[in-house]
Amino acid sequence: MSTTTLPAPVHKMPREDYLNATYGLRSWLLTTDHKRIALLYLGSVTVFFFIGGLFATMIRIHLLTPNGFLVTPETYNKLFTMHGVAMIFFFLIPSIPAVLGNFLIPLMIGAKDLAFPKLNLLSWYIYLVGGCFVLYSFGTGGLDTGWTFYTPLSSVYSNSAVTPAVIGIFINGFSSILTGLNFIVTIHTMRAPGMTWFRLPLFVWAHYATSLVMVLGTPVIAITLLLVGLERMFHLGFFNPALGGDPILFQHLFWFYSHPAVYIMILPSMGVISEIIPTFARKPIFGYSFIAGSSIAIAVIGFLVWAHHMFVTGESTYAALTFSFLSYLVAIPSAVKVFNWTSTLYQGSISWDTPMIYAFGFIGLFLIGGLTGLFLACLGLDIHIHDTYFVVAHFHYIMVGGAVMGYVGGLHFWWPKITGKLYPEVLARIAAVTLFVGFNLTFFPQFMLGYMGMPRRYHTYPPEFQVLNVLSTAGASILALGYLLPMLYLTWSMRYGRVAGPNPWPATGLEWKTASPPPTENFDVTPEVDWEPYDFRNRPDLGLAASGPLPAPAHGDD
Amino acid sequence: MHRTGELYGHFETLEQQKDSAALGMWIFLVTEVLFFGGLFLTYTINRHAFSVAFGAASNTLDLKLGGGNTVVLILSSLTMAMAVWSAQVGKKQWVSIFLIATLGLGTIFLGVKVIEYKQKFDHHLIPGSSFDMRYHSEHPGPNDDPKEIAAEKEELEKAFAVDPDINAHAQLYFSLYFGMTGLHALHMIVGAGLLLWLIKGSFAGRYTPQYNTPVEIVGLYWHFVDIVWIYLFPLLYLIDRHQ
Repeated sequence: MSTTTLPAPVHKMPREDYLNATYGLRSWLLTTDHKRIALLYLGSVTVFFFIGGLFATMIRIHLLTPNGFLVTPETYNKLFTMHGVAMIFFFLIPSIPAVLGNFLIPLMIGAKDLAFPKLNLLSWYIYLVGGCFVLYSFGTGGLDTGWTFYTPLSSVYSNSAVTPAVIGIFINGFSSILTGLNFIVTIHTMRAPGMTWFRLPLFVWAHYATSLVMVLGTPVIAITLLLVGLERMFHLGFFNPALGGDPILFQHLFWFYSHPAVYIMILPSMGVISEIIPTFARKPIFGYSFIAGSSIAIAVIGFLVWAHHMFVTGESTYAALTFSFLSYLVAIPSAVKVFNWTSTLYQGSISWDTPMIYAFGFIGLFLIGGLTGLFLACLGLDIHIHDTYFVVAHFHYIMVGGAVMGYVGGLHFWWPKITGKLYPEVLARIAAVTLFVGFNLTFFPQFMLGYMGMPRRYHTYPPEFQVLNVLSTAGASILALGYLLPMLYLTWSMRYGRVAGPNPWPATGLEWKTASPPPTENFDVTPEVDWEPYDFRNRPDLGLAASGPLPAPAHGDD
Repeated sequence: MHRTGELYGHFETLEQQKDSAALGMWIFLVTEVLFFGGLFLTYTINRHAFSVAFGAASNTLDLKLGGGNTVVLILSSLTMAMAVWSAQVGKKQWVSIFLIATLGLGTIFLGVKVIEYKQKFDHHLIPGSSFDMRYHSEHPGPNDDPKEIAAEKEELEKAFAVDPDINAHAQLYFSLYFGMTGLHALHMIVGAGLLLWLIKGSFAGRYTPQYNTPVEIVGLYWHFVDIVWIYLFPLLYLIDRHQ
């Protein structure tokens, strides 16, 4: 007879984290946990990304032939307008701040939550209400004014559903304002002991700068669109020359927000890149304070360049010169960042993990986008390429090549933290390269088209432009694949991915010191920070050898 | 989010909580400055472009009602400040009294604003197809002083001689007048709601020298709304006021 007894079955209770602390729809819809709100935002911005992407797909299919074969000219106007509105106001602006920023800022500074958790939830609901108005506009007649809502087209002549769209964007602005306000207060008052301003991760600095722009710029677009809405509803004349109003005033007010809004999109992405690069180069970031300061400089100077969108409105030469000069000036802090990232790579122990591929992609694409921005800031050249596909290509290099690459790269980088799971690394690398190739094939031909004189926002083009347009459409289909792949495998990994552990890369930030996924309160005990940012040498807790070649980081399923 | 007394769980101390709330309100007020700033800019540019029409239109406003309202609003700021002070020194019943006084003065302001709007409506000064700057002087009411009406007529004819499109341009003025004072009134209504909430709390004795953050930050908001009016009043009523 055997005397061995079976070991008593061990019921290993799953550790409690923010995902399994409570269950049910109610626990999500009424949550005040910044991590859950970040996931709510992740879901809703993805929906708008799909909607905007659908319109983009239709635009690219329509432009396969010179005369266009998919939609009528009126519908074409609606497609590019709704593409812009969905992507800019409801995807790009909230994407990194409201998803990654929301999730990470309290973790990175060692706080239990944002300063105003209820306002944080409110901002998501405001976003939803604004989104519903805009979707109502899309569904009941569409919107054909261009995302810029220039008057008097938007306030008098357009026969599309402008009013609900304007109301929707007005409402959505308050979501952005509340997010920015919450971040600024949180960064000021909620830092853990020892987390001094110059120990903050650069991601947090970037979000501080972004929040300044959100808080100072968004109210202006809100009041401007309110005036457009009132003008349209009650036949008032603020911006209608027939009634004595001034359409140029509208453009000034519009761009006072909408140019800085570009920095709302790109600054957080730069923050993501500043986290990824030192992690996968195994080196402290080069010139920490310059990168931090350049974020603030971009936010400040970014407010002083708006009229470079209006060089052809007949503004005074002196104004145009000033705005041209100031626009050149923004290139300096932007270049400071690029130089510091590349200097960080120098003699680093570089590994080609997926987030790093996105970071490299970002640097290349942002460089092209930024330099072509200088072309456009140049007064003489801008007259030639104004309102052409050159402009379209330029801002897509910044917004898609820059902001979206950073967003997707950041999602990969922090996915193990958010979900506790690793994504399939090989597939992810293939997707990152696909995205990069698809993006360049889509938008590089547009630089050439624009330089040769193809105007933007037209539903037809001369036959000699067809080859480049076909190339662009082909690129767009590769790009679409590049976006679909991460959506599929990231979703797959939530259930089937390998368990990540608290710090799979390893990285130096405070967010990697807590469990993955983190507990509801973020840290079991309030952490005390006694190390400098991005310091790999003096961090025995990372498990890296103190000298000699550093080990390669953990991978997923490769 | 659990809560111990007045301290929410994600804060370490009441002081941290108060600093956050105050900073949050200040930042919100900065956004409000920019929000109203867009309107002030639109006003200034149009004022510059159509100074005759804007002057004539601003002369139709009732200086007595506007000036009286300004005094009412400044008084309400005083009572609000007294409410904050009473909370800080722990005079609980005075908190309630001063809050109620503030609410009362705010309500008077809104009531007077309704009278002013009604007047503009009666005088066909609402932007739209029936807008007519001459309507009032041509259809004076029974209580109007004939001398004043004659003077108004003369002023208007002078203005029409300089700017024949005065009806179009004065409509811009009134669009801005209703836009700016309407938005200000909306802020007053929100403030009144906040005051009601504070009064309820003060009856429960919630505000003490240790914890009075809500009174203080609603106070900040209320003072801000007053300051907006301090700018609106001269811009809309006083420039070009005839003797």
